[in-house]
Amino acid sequence: MIVVDDLHKHFGGFHAVDGASLEIAQGSITGLIGPNGAGKTTLFNVIAGVLKPTSGRVSMAGEEITGLPPHELFHKGLLRTFQIAHEFSSMTCRENLMMVPGDQLGETLWNTWFGRKRIADQERALRAKADEVLEFLTVEHLADHKAGQISGGQKKLLELGRTMMVDARIVFLDEVGAGVNRTLLNTIGDAIIRLNKERGYTFVVIEHDMDFIGRLCNPVICMAEGKVLAEGTLAEIKANEHVIEAYLGTGLKNKDKVGA
Amino acid sequence: MDFLNAIIALLNFVVVPAMAYGSQLALGALGVTLIYGILRFSNFAHGDTMAFGAMVTVLFTWLFQSWGISLGPLPTALLALPLGILGCMGLLLATDRVVYRFYREQKAKPVILVIVSLGVTFIMNGIVRFIIGPDDQRFADGERFIVSARTFKELTGLREGLAIKTTQGITVITAVVVVALLFWFLNRTRTGKSMRAYSDNEDLALLSGINPERVVMITWLIVAGLATIAGVLYGLDKSFKPFTYFQLLLPIFASAIVGGLGNPIGAIAGGFVIAFSEVTVTYAWKKVLTYLMPESLEPSGLVQLLSTDYKLAVSFLILLIVLLFKPTGLFKGKAV
Ligand SMILES: Nc1ncnc2c1ncn2[C@@H]1O[C@H](COP(=O)(O)OP(=O)(O)OP(=O)(O)O)[C@@H](O)[C@H]1O
Ligand SMILES: [Mg+2]
Repeated sequence: MIVVDDLHKHFGGFHAVDGASLEIAQGSITGLIGPNGAGKTTLFNVIAGVLKPTSGRVSMAGEEITGLPPHELFHKGLLRTFQIAHEFSSMTCRENLMMVPGDQLGETLWNTWFGRKRIADQERALRAKADEVLEFLTVEHLADHKAGQISGGQKKLLELGRTMMVDARIVFLDEVGAGVNRTLLNTIGDAIIRLNKERGYTFVVIEHDMDFIGRLCNPVICMAEGKVLAEGTLAEIKANEHVIEAYLGTGLKNKDKVGA
Repeated sequence: MDFLNAIIALLNFVVVPAMAYGSQLALGALGVTLIYGILRFSNFAHGDTMAFGAMVTVLFTWLFQSWGISLGPLPTALLALPLGILGCMGLLLATDRVVYRFYREQKAKPVILVIVSLGVTFIMNGIVRFIIGPDDQRFADGERFIVSARTFKELTGLREGLAIKTTQGITVITAVVVVALLFWFLNRTRTGKSMRAYSDNEDLALLSGINPERVVMITWLIVAGLATIAGVLYGLDKSFKPFTYFQLLLPIFASAIVGGLGNPIGAIAGGFVIAFSEVTVTYAWKKVLTYLMPESLEPSGLVQLLSTDYKLAVSFLILLIVLLFKPTGLFKGKAV
Protein backbone atom coordinates (compact mmCIF):
# COMPACT_ATOMS: atom_id res chain seq x y z
CA MET A 1 0.00 0.00 0.00
CA ILE A 2 2.60 2.50 1.15
CA VAL A 3 6.26 2.11 0.37
CA VAL A 4 8.77 4.44 1.99
CA ASP A 5 12.19 4.26 0.44
CA ASP A 6 15.31 5.62 2.13
CA LEU A 7 13.55 8.71 3.47
CA HIS A 8 15.54 11.56 5.02
CA LYS A 9 14.27 14.66 6.73
CA HIS A 10 16.82 17.07 8.10
CA PHE A 11 16.14 20.13 10.22
CA GLY A 12 19.29 22.12 9.73
CA GLY A 13 22.01 19.67 10.70
CA PHE A 14 19.65 17.47 12.70
CA HIS A 15 18.52 14.25 11.03
CA ALA A 16 15.01 13.65 12.38
CA VAL A 17 14.33 10.92 9.82
CA ASP A 18 17.57 9.35 8.75
CA GLY A 19 17.15 6.86 5.95
CA ALA A 20 13.94 5.14 6.97
CA SER A 21 12.60 2.44 4.64
CA LEU A 22 9.40 0.54 5.31
CA GLU A 23 6.33 -0.98 3.75
CA ILE A 24 2.78 -0.85 4.97
CA ALA A 25 0.70 -3.79 3.78
CA GLN A 26 -2.77 -3.17 2.40
CA GLY A 27 -5.44 -3.94 4.99
CA SER A 28 -3.04 -4.11 7.92
CA ILE A 29 -3.02 -2.27 11.20
CA THR A 30 0.64 -1.45 11.54
CA GLY A 31 2.02 -0.23 14.84
CA LEU A 32 4.80 2.35 14.91
CA ILE A 33 6.69 2.55 18.18
CA GLY A 34 9.95 4.04 19.34
CA PRO A 35 11.40 6.37 21.94
CA ASN A 36 10.46 10.05 22.14
CA GLY A 37 12.17 11.95 19.38
CA ALA A 38 12.64 8.84 17.25
CA GLY A 39 11.18 10.65 14.26
CA LYS A 40 7.77 8.96 14.15
CA THR A 41 5.72 12.13 13.89
CA THR A 42 8.18 13.61 11.44
CA LEU A 43 7.83 10.50 9.29
CA PHE A 44 4.04 10.95 9.34
CA ASN A 45 4.41 14.59 8.42
CA VAL A 46 6.57 13.76 5.43
CA ILE A 47 4.27 11.00 4.20
CA ALA A 48 1.19 13.20 4.62
CA GLY A 49 2.76 16.05 2.68
CA VAL A 50 3.04 18.49 5.58
CA LEU A 51 6.82 18.49 5.31
CA LYS A 52 8.90 18.07 2.18
CA PRO A 53 11.47 15.26 2.51
CA THR A 54 15.14 16.15 2.22
CA SER A 55 15.50 13.06 0.06
CA GLY A 56 13.84 9.72 -0.51
CA ARG A 57 10.58 8.57 -1.97
CA VAL A 58 7.10 7.66 -0.84
CA SER A 59 4.64 5.79 -3.00
CA MET A 60 1.08 4.71 -2.46
CA ALA A 61 -0.40 1.75 -4.32
CA GLY A 62 2.41 1.95 -6.85
CA GLU A 63 1.96 5.67 -7.48
CA GLU A 64 4.66 8.08 -6.37
CA ILE A 65 3.25 10.60 -3.91
CA THR A 66 6.44 12.22 -2.60
CA GLY A 67 5.91 15.89 -1.78
CA LEU A 68 2.28 16.11 -2.89
CA PRO A 69 0.37 18.73 -0.91
CA PRO A 70 -1.84 17.43 1.92
CA HIS A 71 -5.14 18.31 0.31
CA GLU A 72 -4.33 16.22 -2.76
CA LEU A 73 -3.29 13.28 -0.61
CA PHE A 74 -6.55 13.67 1.27
CA HIS A 75 -8.48 13.23 -1.94
CA LYS A 76 -6.44 10.12 -2.68
CA GLY A 77 -7.72 8.69 0.58
CA LEU A 78 -4.71 9.34 2.81
CA LEU A 79 -5.72 10.82 6.16
CA ARG A 80 -3.90 11.52 9.38
CA THR A 81 -4.49 12.81 12.87
CA PHE A 82 -2.25 15.17 14.81
CA GLN A 83 -0.32 14.21 17.92
CA ILE A 84 -1.23 17.59 19.35
CA ALA A 85 -4.91 17.86 18.57
CA HIS A 86 -5.86 20.53 16.03
CA GLU A 87 -9.32 22.00 15.75
CA PHE A 88 -11.20 24.84 14.11
CA SER A 89 -11.62 26.59 17.41
CA SER A 90 -14.39 29.01 16.47
CA MET A 91 -16.60 26.28 15.02
CA THR A 92 -18.69 23.74 16.90
CA CYS A 93 -17.61 20.10 17.09
CA ARG A 94 -20.26 19.18 14.57
CA GLU A 95 -19.12 21.88 12.17
CA ASN A 96 -15.55 20.68 12.65
CA LEU A 97 -16.50 17.23 11.42
CA MET A 98 -18.60 18.67 8.64
CA MET A 99 -15.57 20.52 7.29
CA VAL A 100 -13.76 17.30 6.56
CA PRO A 101 -14.77 16.38 3.05
CA GLY A 102 -12.85 19.53 2.14
CA ASP A 103 -13.96 20.88 -1.19
CA GLN A 104 -15.37 17.73 -2.67
CA LEU A 105 -18.97 18.76 -2.44
CA GLY A 106 -20.56 21.47 -4.54
CA GLU A 107 -17.57 23.67 -4.09
CA THR A 108 -17.74 25.62 -7.33
CA LEU A 109 -18.73 29.25 -7.08
CA TRP A 110 -21.53 28.50 -9.51
CA ASN A 111 -23.04 25.90 -7.22
CA THR A 112 -22.74 28.13 -4.21
CA TRP A 113 -25.18 30.52 -5.83
CA PHE A 114 -27.30 28.37 -8.07
CA GLY A 115 -27.21 24.81 -6.76
CA ARG A 116 -28.76 25.65 -3.41
CA LYS A 117 -31.06 22.65 -3.27
CA ARG A 118 -28.41 20.07 -4.03
CA ILE A 119 -26.06 21.67 -1.54
CA ALA A 120 -28.75 21.69 1.11
CA ASP A 121 -29.24 17.95 0.59
CA GLN A 122 -25.54 17.26 0.87
CA GLU A 123 -25.37 19.45 3.93
CA ARG A 124 -28.11 17.41 5.59
CA ALA A 125 -26.38 14.13 4.79
CA LEU A 126 -23.10 15.49 6.17
CA ARG A 127 -24.79 16.63 9.32
CA ALA A 128 -26.38 13.25 9.90
CA LYS A 129 -23.01 11.64 9.33
CA ALA A 130 -21.31 14.01 11.78
CA ASP A 131 -23.90 13.26 14.44
CA GLU A 132 -23.44 9.55 13.87
CA VAL A 133 -19.68 9.87 14.35
CA LEU A 134 -20.12 11.97 17.50
CA GLU A 135 -22.45 9.37 18.93
CA PHE A 136 -20.04 6.60 18.09
CA LEU A 137 -17.32 8.44 20.00
CA THR A 138 -19.75 8.94 22.90
CA VAL A 139 -19.46 12.72 22.70
CA GLU A 140 -22.80 13.57 21.08
CA HIS A 141 -23.46 16.04 23.90
CA LEU A 142 -20.56 18.14 22.59
CA ALA A 143 -22.04 18.59 19.12
CA ASP A 144 -22.86 22.26 19.63
CA HIS A 145 -19.88 23.15 21.82
CA LYS A 146 -17.13 25.27 20.34
CA ALA A 147 -14.25 22.94 19.55
CA GLY A 148 -11.78 25.39 21.07
CA GLN A 149 -13.35 24.88 24.48
CA ILE A 150 -13.52 21.08 24.82
CA SER A 151 -10.94 19.12 26.81
CA GLY A 152 -7.70 17.75 25.44
CA GLY A 153 -8.92 14.16 25.45
CA GLN A 154 -12.12 15.17 23.74
CA LYS A 155 -10.11 16.94 21.07
CA LYS A 156 -8.26 13.69 20.44
CA LEU A 157 -11.60 12.00 19.89
CA LEU A 158 -12.56 14.72 17.45
CA GLU A 159 -9.31 14.02 15.61
CA LEU A 160 -10.29 10.38 15.24
CA GLY A 161 -13.82 11.38 14.30
CA ARG A 162 -12.48 13.34 11.35
CA THR A 163 -11.03 10.23 9.78
CA MET A 164 -14.44 8.57 10.00
CA MET A 165 -16.20 11.28 8.00
CA VAL A 166 -15.01 10.10 4.61
CA ASP A 167 -14.05 6.80 3.07
CA ALA A 168 -10.34 6.72 3.62
CA ARG A 169 -7.95 4.14 2.25
CA ILE A 170 -5.17 4.63 4.75
CA VAL A 171 -5.25 6.48 8.05
CA PHE A 172 -2.24 7.53 10.10
CA LEU A 173 -3.07 7.90 13.79
CA ASP A 174 -0.54 9.81 15.87
CA GLU A 175 -1.01 8.83 19.52
CA VAL A 176 -4.74 9.02 19.18
CA GLY A 177 -5.15 7.44 22.60
CA ALA A 178 -2.88 9.78 24.55
CA GLY A 179 -4.87 11.54 27.25
CA VAL A 180 -7.98 9.47 26.63
CA ASN A 181 -9.35 7.35 29.49
CA ARG A 182 -9.10 3.55 29.50
CA THR A 183 -12.70 2.72 28.69
CA LEU A 184 -12.73 5.11 25.81
CA LEU A 185 -9.36 3.83 24.65
CA ASN A 186 -10.92 0.40 24.32
CA THR A 187 -13.81 1.90 22.36
CA ILE A 188 -11.31 3.58 20.07
CA GLY A 189 -9.50 0.28 19.66
CA ASP A 190 -12.78 -1.40 18.74
CA ALA A 191 -13.54 1.38 16.27
CA ILE A 192 -10.19 0.94 14.57
CA ILE A 193 -10.66 -2.81 14.27
CA ARG A 194 -14.16 -2.34 12.90
CA LEU A 195 -13.13 0.25 10.34
CA ASN A 196 -10.32 -2.06 9.32
CA LYS A 197 -12.53 -5.14 8.97
CA GLU A 198 -15.72 -3.59 7.64
CA ARG A 199 -14.48 -0.72 5.54
CA GLY A 200 -11.05 -2.04 4.68
CA TYR A 201 -9.12 0.94 6.08
CA THR A 202 -5.40 0.42 6.41
CA PHE A 203 -4.07 1.93 9.64
CA VAL A 204 -0.70 3.05 10.86
CA VAL A 205 -0.82 3.66 14.58
CA ILE A 206 1.76 5.48 16.69
CA GLU A 207 1.34 4.60 20.36
CA HIS A 208 3.42 4.33 23.48
CA ASP A 209 0.85 2.06 25.16
CA MET A 210 2.08 -1.49 24.53
CA ASP A 211 -1.24 -3.09 25.55
CA PHE A 212 -3.02 -1.05 22.94
CA ILE A 213 -0.39 -1.88 20.31
CA GLY A 214 -0.49 -5.57 21.24
CA ARG A 215 -4.23 -5.71 20.91
CA LEU A 216 -4.46 -4.03 17.52
CA CYS A 217 -1.28 -4.15 15.57
CA ASN A 218 0.44 -6.65 13.43
CA PRO A 219 3.08 -6.01 12.32
CA VAL A 220 4.84 -3.57 14.61
CA ILE A 221 7.67 -1.35 13.41
CA CYS A 222 10.15 0.12 15.87
CA MET A 223 12.01 3.32 15.04
CA ALA A 224 14.91 4.96 16.82
CA GLU A 225 17.02 7.95 15.85
CA GLY A 226 15.29 8.33 12.53
CA LYS A 227 15.89 4.76 11.38
CA VAL A 228 13.80 1.62 11.34
CA LEU A 229 15.24 -0.64 14.00
CA ALA A 230 13.10 -3.75 13.69
CA GLU A 231 9.87 -5.07 12.31
CA GLY A 232 7.71 -8.04 13.26
CA THR A 233 5.01 -9.12 15.67
CA LEU A 234 5.00 -7.36 19.01
CA ALA A 235 6.43 -10.46 20.65
CA GLU A 236 9.30 -10.53 18.22
CA ILE A 237 9.91 -6.83 18.70
CA LYS A 238 9.87 -7.20 22.45
CA ALA A 239 12.49 -9.88 22.20
CA ASN A 240 14.72 -7.93 19.84
CA GLU A 241 17.83 -6.80 21.67
CA HIS A 242 18.30 -3.58 19.69
CA VAL A 243 14.79 -2.59 20.63
CA ILE A 244 15.28 -3.43 24.26
CA GLU A 245 18.39 -1.33 24.31
CA ALA A 246 16.86 1.67 22.53
CA TYR A 247 13.33 1.72 23.81
CA LEU A 248 11.82 -0.99 25.94
CA GLY A 249 14.81 -1.62 28.18
CA THR A 250 14.74 -0.28 31.71
CA GLY A 251 13.23 2.89 30.34
CA LEU A 252 15.40 5.13 32.47
CA LYS A 253 17.55 6.01 29.53
CA ASN A 254 14.65 7.57 27.59
CA LYS A 255 13.13 9.55 30.38
CA ASP A 256 15.38 12.50 29.79
CA LYS A 257 14.53 12.83 26.11
CA VAL A 258 11.96 15.42 25.31
CA GLY A 259 9.21 14.58 22.84
CA ALA A 260 7.99 16.89 20.10
CA MET B 1 -36.52 74.63 19.58
CA ASP B 2 -32.89 75.35 20.31
CA PHE B 3 -32.47 71.83 21.50
CA LEU B 4 -33.92 70.47 18.24
CA ASN B 5 -31.68 72.79 16.25
CA ALA B 6 -28.67 71.51 18.18
CA ILE B 7 -29.58 67.93 17.38
CA ILE B 8 -30.07 68.70 13.71
CA ALA B 9 -26.74 70.51 13.55
CA LEU B 10 -25.13 67.52 15.21
CA LEU B 11 -26.74 65.12 12.76
CA ASN B 12 -25.84 67.27 9.81
CA PHE B 13 -22.21 67.94 10.60
CA VAL B 14 -21.21 64.90 12.64
CA VAL B 15 -23.47 61.88 12.44
CA VAL B 16 -24.28 61.81 8.73
CA PRO B 17 -20.72 62.42 7.47
CA ALA B 18 -19.30 60.00 10.03
CA MET B 19 -21.76 57.29 9.02
CA ALA B 20 -20.72 57.60 5.39
CA TYR B 21 -17.02 57.78 6.20
CA GLY B 22 -17.37 54.91 8.66
CA SER B 23 -18.99 52.75 6.00
CA GLN B 24 -16.12 53.45 3.64
CA LEU B 25 -13.53 52.64 6.28
CA ALA B 26 -15.41 49.49 7.30
CA LEU B 27 -15.40 48.20 3.72
CA GLY B 28 -11.71 48.98 3.39
CA ALA B 29 -10.89 47.40 6.75
CA LEU B 30 -12.85 44.28 5.82
CA GLY B 31 -10.54 43.79 2.86
CA VAL B 32 -7.44 44.25 5.00
CA THR B 33 -8.75 41.92 7.67
CA LEU B 34 -9.68 39.17 5.22
CA ILE B 35 -6.20 39.20 3.73
CA TYR B 36 -4.70 39.15 7.19
CA GLY B 37 -6.90 36.24 8.23
CA ILE B 38 -6.35 34.09 5.16
CA LEU B 39 -3.01 35.11 3.66
CA ARG B 40 -1.60 36.11 7.02
CA PHE B 41 0.02 39.43 6.25
CA SER B 42 -0.83 43.11 6.44
CA ASN B 43 -1.44 44.23 2.90
CA PHE B 44 -0.08 47.76 2.50
CA ALA B 45 -1.18 47.73 -1.11
CA HIS B 46 -4.83 47.83 -0.11
CA GLY B 47 -5.18 51.60 -0.45
CA ASP B 48 -3.78 51.51 -3.95
CA THR B 49 -5.92 48.49 -4.79
CA MET B 50 -8.89 50.70 -3.91
CA ALA B 51 -7.47 53.44 -6.11
CA PHE B 52 -7.06 51.03 -9.02
CA GLY B 53 -10.59 49.65 -8.78
CA ALA B 54 -11.98 53.15 -8.45
CA MET B 55 -9.91 54.33 -11.41
CA VAL B 56 -11.28 51.62 -13.69
CA THR B 57 -14.76 52.55 -12.55
CA VAL B 58 -14.09 56.24 -13.22
CA LEU B 59 -12.86 55.48 -16.74
CA PHE B 60 -15.96 53.43 -17.55
CA THR B 61 -18.17 56.10 -15.98
CA TRP B 62 -16.70 58.68 -18.33
CA LEU B 63 -17.22 56.32 -21.25
CA PHE B 64 -20.87 55.78 -20.32
CA GLN B 65 -21.36 59.49 -19.79
CA SER B 66 -19.93 60.18 -23.25
CA TRP B 67 -22.39 57.66 -24.68
CA GLY B 68 -25.18 59.44 -22.89
CA ILE B 69 -25.97 56.49 -20.67
CA SER B 70 -27.05 57.45 -17.17
CA LEU B 71 -28.93 56.10 -14.18
CA GLY B 72 -31.18 59.13 -13.83
CA PRO B 73 -30.91 60.51 -10.30
CA LEU B 74 -28.27 57.92 -9.33
CA PRO B 75 -24.61 58.32 -10.25
CA THR B 76 -23.56 56.58 -13.48
CA ALA B 77 -20.61 55.21 -11.53
CA LEU B 78 -22.89 52.54 -10.06
CA LEU B 79 -23.33 51.18 -13.57
CA ALA B 80 -19.58 51.13 -14.13
CA LEU B 81 -18.88 49.60 -10.71
CA PRO B 82 -19.14 45.92 -11.78
CA LEU B 83 -16.62 46.59 -14.53
CA GLY B 84 -14.33 48.27 -12.02
CA ILE B 85 -14.60 45.23 -9.78
CA LEU B 86 -13.76 42.92 -12.68
CA GLY B 87 -10.73 45.04 -13.54
CA CYS B 88 -9.58 44.98 -9.94
CA MET B 89 -10.08 41.21 -9.72
CA GLY B 90 -7.89 40.84 -12.78
CA LEU B 91 -5.18 42.99 -11.23
CA LEU B 92 -5.20 41.16 -7.89
CA LEU B 93 -5.19 37.68 -9.45
CA ALA B 94 -2.32 38.71 -11.70
CA THR B 95 -0.41 40.16 -8.74
CA ASP B 96 -0.97 36.98 -6.78
CA ARG B 97 0.20 34.82 -9.66
CA VAL B 98 3.28 36.90 -10.38
CA VAL B 99 4.28 38.00 -6.88
CA TYR B 100 2.60 36.52 -3.82
CA ARG B 101 2.41 32.90 -4.96
CA PHE B 102 6.16 32.74 -5.19
CA TYR B 103 6.49 33.80 -1.55
CA ARG B 104 3.73 31.45 -0.47
CA GLU B 105 5.58 28.53 -1.93
CA GLN B 106 8.70 29.63 -0.04
CA LYS B 107 6.54 29.78 3.08
CA ALA B 108 7.85 33.31 3.57
CA LYS B 109 7.36 34.97 6.94
CA PRO B 110 4.59 37.59 7.31
CA VAL B 111 7.18 40.35 7.72
CA ILE B 112 8.59 39.56 4.32
CA LEU B 113 5.14 39.60 2.75
CA VAL B 114 4.46 43.00 4.30
CA ILE B 115 7.56 44.40 2.62
CA VAL B 116 6.58 42.69 -0.62
CA SER B 117 3.16 44.32 -0.40
CA LEU B 118 4.89 47.66 0.05
CA GLY B 119 6.64 47.05 -3.27
CA VAL B 120 3.32 46.14 -4.85
CA THR B 121 1.94 49.40 -3.46
CA PHE B 122 4.47 51.46 -5.38
CA ILE B 123 3.83 49.55 -8.59
CA MET B 124 0.04 49.92 -8.35
CA ASN B 125 0.55 53.54 -7.38
CA GLY B 126 2.59 54.06 -10.54
CA ILE B 127 0.10 52.25 -12.76
CA VAL B 128 -2.79 54.38 -11.52
CA ARG B 129 -0.91 57.67 -11.93
CA PHE B 130 0.35 56.60 -15.32
CA ILE B 131 -3.16 55.87 -16.56
CA ILE B 132 -5.27 58.61 -15.00
CA GLY B 133 -2.75 61.10 -13.65
CA PRO B 134 -2.21 62.32 -10.09
CA ASP B 135 -4.92 64.99 -10.14
CA ASP B 136 -8.36 65.27 -8.70
CA GLN B 137 -11.02 63.76 -10.98
CA ARG B 138 -14.74 64.34 -10.70
CA PHE B 139 -17.04 61.63 -11.89
CA ALA B 140 -20.13 61.99 -9.73
CA ASP B 141 -23.33 62.92 -11.52
CA GLY B 142 -27.05 62.53 -10.96
CA GLU B 143 -29.03 64.15 -8.16
CA ARG B 144 -26.76 65.76 -5.56
CA PHE B 145 -29.02 65.54 -2.52
CA ILE B 146 -31.60 63.17 -1.14
CA VAL B 147 -32.60 65.91 1.28
CA SER B 148 -31.12 69.37 0.82
CA ALA B 149 -30.65 71.79 3.69
CA ARG B 150 -33.06 74.25 2.17
CA THR B 151 -35.92 71.78 1.65
CA PHE B 152 -35.39 70.53 5.15
CA LYS B 153 -35.62 74.02 6.64
CA GLU B 154 -38.74 74.79 4.64
CA LEU B 155 -40.38 71.55 5.67
CA THR B 156 -39.63 71.80 9.37
CA GLY B 157 -39.31 75.50 9.94
CA LEU B 158 -36.12 74.94 11.95
CA ARG B 159 -33.17 77.27 11.71
CA GLU B 160 -30.72 74.45 11.08
CA GLY B 161 -30.87 72.42 7.90
CA LEU B 162 -30.15 68.73 7.49
CA ALA B 163 -28.55 67.79 4.20
CA ILE B 164 -28.10 64.20 3.13
CA LYS B 165 -26.09 63.81 -0.04
CA THR B 166 -27.10 61.09 -2.50
CA THR B 167 -23.59 59.69 -2.26
CA GLN B 168 -23.87 59.44 1.51
CA GLY B 169 -27.13 57.57 1.22
CA ILE B 170 -25.73 55.23 -1.41
CA THR B 171 -22.60 54.67 0.63
CA VAL B 172 -24.45 53.54 3.72
CA ILE B 173 -26.98 51.39 1.85
CA THR B 174 -24.31 49.74 -0.29
CA ALA B 175 -22.17 49.05 2.75
CA VAL B 176 -25.07 47.38 4.54
CA VAL B 177 -25.89 45.21 1.54
CA VAL B 178 -22.26 44.24 0.93
CA VAL B 179 -21.61 43.41 4.56
CA ALA B 180 -24.78 41.32 4.77
CA LEU B 181 -23.76 39.42 1.64
CA LEU B 182 -20.24 38.86 2.92
CA PHE B 183 -21.42 37.49 6.25
CA TRP B 184 -23.95 35.26 4.59
CA PHE B 185 -21.16 33.96 2.38
CA LEU B 186 -18.70 33.37 5.22
CA ASN B 187 -21.17 31.73 7.58
CA ARG B 188 -23.58 29.91 5.34
CA THR B 189 -21.79 28.64 2.26
CA ARG B 190 -19.30 25.81 2.22
CA THR B 191 -16.76 27.91 0.40
CA GLY B 192 -17.11 30.59 3.04
CA LYS B 193 -16.71 28.03 5.77
CA SER B 194 -13.60 26.67 4.09
CA MET B 195 -12.22 30.18 4.22
CA ARG B 196 -12.99 30.48 7.90
CA ALA B 197 -11.53 27.04 8.54
CA TYR B 198 -8.37 27.95 6.63
CA SER B 199 -8.04 31.16 8.59
CA ASP B 200 -8.59 29.33 11.87
CA ASN B 201 -6.16 26.44 11.41
CA GLU B 202 -4.24 26.19 8.17
CA ASP B 203 -2.64 22.78 8.81
CA LEU B 204 -5.90 21.17 9.70
CA ALA B 205 -7.69 22.76 6.75
CA LEU B 206 -5.10 21.30 4.37
CA LEU B 207 -5.40 17.88 5.93
CA SER B 208 -9.17 18.13 5.66
CA GLY B 209 -8.82 18.34 1.91
CA ILE B 210 -9.31 22.09 1.51
CA ASN B 211 -7.38 23.40 -1.47
CA PRO B 212 -5.36 26.40 -0.26
CA GLU B 213 -4.89 27.93 -3.72
CA ARG B 214 -8.64 28.02 -4.19
CA VAL B 215 -9.21 29.65 -0.82
CA VAL B 216 -6.57 32.24 -1.65
CA MET B 217 -8.06 32.93 -5.07
CA ILE B 218 -11.54 33.44 -3.68
CA THR B 219 -10.14 35.70 -1.00
CA TRP B 220 -8.53 37.93 -3.63
CA LEU B 221 -11.76 38.04 -5.61
CA ILE B 222 -13.75 39.13 -2.57
CA VAL B 223 -11.08 41.63 -1.59
CA ALA B 224 -11.17 43.10 -5.10
CA GLY B 225 -14.91 43.58 -4.76
CA LEU B 226 -14.65 45.17 -1.33
CA ALA B 227 -11.74 47.41 -2.30
CA THR B 228 -13.35 48.68 -5.48
CA ILE B 229 -16.67 49.37 -3.80
CA ALA B 230 -14.95 51.18 -0.92
CA GLY B 231 -12.79 53.14 -3.35
CA VAL B 232 -15.67 54.19 -5.57
CA LEU B 233 -17.88 55.18 -2.64
CA TYR B 234 -15.11 57.29 -1.19
CA GLY B 235 -14.46 58.83 -4.59
CA LEU B 236 -18.12 59.67 -5.08
CA ASP B 237 -18.40 61.15 -1.62
CA LYS B 238 -15.25 63.27 -1.86
CA SER B 239 -13.47 63.08 -5.21
CA PHE B 240 -11.09 60.70 -6.90
CA LYS B 241 -7.44 61.48 -6.26
CA PRO B 242 -4.87 58.67 -6.23
CA PHE B 243 -2.88 60.05 -3.31
CA THR B 244 -5.85 60.21 -0.93
CA TYR B 245 -6.21 56.44 -1.20
CA PHE B 246 -2.67 55.97 -0.05
CA GLN B 247 -3.45 58.25 2.89
CA LEU B 248 -6.62 56.28 3.64
CA LEU B 249 -4.41 53.31 4.42
CA LEU B 250 -3.80 54.72 7.86
CA PRO B 251 -7.38 55.01 9.12
CA ILE B 252 -8.22 51.72 7.39
CA PHE B 253 -5.48 49.84 9.19
CA ALA B 254 -6.35 51.61 12.39
CA SER B 255 -9.95 50.41 11.95
CA ALA B 256 -8.93 46.82 11.28
CA ILE B 257 -6.51 46.76 14.21
CA VAL B 258 -8.82 48.52 16.65
CA GLY B 259 -11.52 45.99 15.81
CA GLY B 260 -9.11 43.05 16.03
CA LEU B 261 -7.13 42.03 12.93
CA GLY B 262 -8.58 39.00 11.19
CA ASN B 263 -12.03 39.53 12.65
CA PRO B 264 -14.63 40.81 10.12
CA ILE B 265 -17.08 42.09 12.75
CA GLY B 266 -14.20 43.93 14.37
CA ALA B 267 -13.31 45.58 11.07
CA ILE B 268 -16.77 47.06 10.78
CA ALA B 269 -16.91 48.22 14.38
CA GLY B 270 -13.40 49.62 14.04
CA GLY B 271 -14.36 51.55 10.93
CA PHE B 272 -17.14 53.36 12.75
CA VAL B 273 -15.10 53.95 15.90
CA ILE B 274 -12.35 55.61 13.88
CA ALA B 275 -14.75 57.58 11.69
CA PHE B 276 -16.78 58.94 14.58
CA SER B 277 -13.69 59.81 16.59
CA GLU B 278 -12.09 61.56 13.65
CA VAL B 279 -15.17 63.61 12.87
CA THR B 280 -16.06 64.52 16.46
CA VAL B 281 -12.53 65.49 17.39
CA THR B 282 -12.05 67.72 14.36
CA TYR B 283 -15.55 69.24 14.37
CA ALA B 284 -16.00 72.82 15.55
CA TRP B 285 -18.61 72.43 18.27
CA LYS B 286 -19.33 76.14 18.62
CA LYS B 287 -22.57 75.96 16.64
CA VAL B 288 -24.09 73.09 18.60
CA LEU B 289 -23.02 74.55 21.93
CA THR B 290 -24.44 77.94 21.08
CA TYR B 291 -27.87 76.38 20.87
CA LEU B 292 -27.51 74.53 24.12
CA MET B 293 -25.88 77.05 26.43
CA PRO B 294 -27.28 80.19 27.94
CA GLU B 295 -26.09 83.28 26.09
CA SER B 296 -23.65 84.30 28.80
CA LEU B 297 -21.77 81.02 28.58
CA GLU B 298 -21.59 80.84 24.82
CA PRO B 299 -18.15 79.80 23.66
CA SER B 300 -16.10 82.41 21.95
CA GLY B 301 -13.72 80.09 20.15
CA LEU B 302 -14.54 77.34 17.64
CA VAL B 303 -14.41 74.62 20.32
CA GLN B 304 -12.51 72.35 17.99
CA LEU B 305 -10.34 69.81 19.78
CA LEU B 306 -7.97 69.36 16.87
CA SER B 307 -7.68 71.13 13.57
CA THR B 308 -8.66 68.99 10.57
CA ASP B 309 -5.01 68.95 9.55
CA TYR B 310 -4.46 66.51 12.37
CA LYS B 311 -7.30 64.17 11.56
CA LEU B 312 -4.89 61.37 10.66
CA ALA B 313 -3.41 61.65 14.13
CA VAL B 314 -6.76 60.72 15.60
CA SER B 315 -6.49 57.25 14.09
CA PHE B 316 -3.18 56.79 15.83
CA LEU B 317 -4.51 58.04 19.11
CA ILE B 318 -7.51 55.71 19.12
CA LEU B 319 -5.27 52.87 18.07
CA LEU B 320 -2.95 53.55 20.97
CA ILE B 321 -5.72 53.81 23.53
CA VAL B 322 -7.50 50.63 22.43
CA LEU B 323 -4.34 48.56 22.17
CA LEU B 324 -3.25 49.68 25.63
CA PHE B 325 -6.39 48.21 27.16
CA LYS B 326 -7.24 45.44 24.70
CA PRO B 327 -4.11 44.29 22.89
CA THR B 328 -6.05 42.06 20.47
CA GLY B 329 -8.56 44.75 19.57
CA LEU B 330 -12.15 45.34 20.58
CA PHE B 331 -13.24 42.01 19.16
CA LYS B 332 -10.71 39.31 19.63
CA GLY B 333 -8.45 39.29 16.61
CA LYS B 334 -5.68 36.85 15.99
CA ALA B 335 -1.96 37.14 16.26
CA VAL B 336 0.21 35.67 13.54
N1 LIG C 1 10.08 21.42 12.82
C1 LIG C 1 11.14 20.92 13.46
N2 LIG C 1 12.28 21.62 13.52
C2 LIG C 1 13.38 21.13 14.15
N3 LIG C 1 13.41 19.92 14.75
C3 LIG C 1 12.30 19.17 14.73
C4 LIG C 1 11.11 19.63 14.08
N4 LIG C 1 10.17 18.66 14.21
C5 LIG C 1 10.75 17.67 14.90
N5 LIG C 1 12.03 17.96 15.21
C6 LIG C 1 12.95 17.09 15.93
O1 LIG C 1 12.96 15.85 15.30
C7 LIG C 1 13.05 14.81 16.25
C8 LIG C 1 11.95 13.80 15.99
O2 LIG C 1 10.71 14.38 16.36
P1 LIG C 1 9.34 13.59 16.22
O3 LIG C 1 8.27 14.52 16.60
O4 LIG C 1 9.26 12.99 14.89
O5 LIG C 1 9.49 12.46 17.33
P2 LIG C 1 8.46 11.34 17.73
O6 LIG C 1 9.08 10.04 17.39
O7 LIG C 1 7.12 11.63 17.20
O8 LIG C 1 8.45 11.52 19.31
P3 LIG C 1 7.25 11.40 20.37
O9 LIG C 1 7.10 9.97 20.70
O10 LIG C 1 7.75 12.17 21.54
O11 LIG C 1 6.05 12.01 19.74
C9 LIG C 1 12.95 15.45 17.62
O12 LIG C 1 14.25 15.47 18.18
C10 LIG C 1 12.48 16.84 17.34
O13 LIG C 1 13.06 17.74 18.24
MG1 LIG D 1 5.33 12.10 17.90
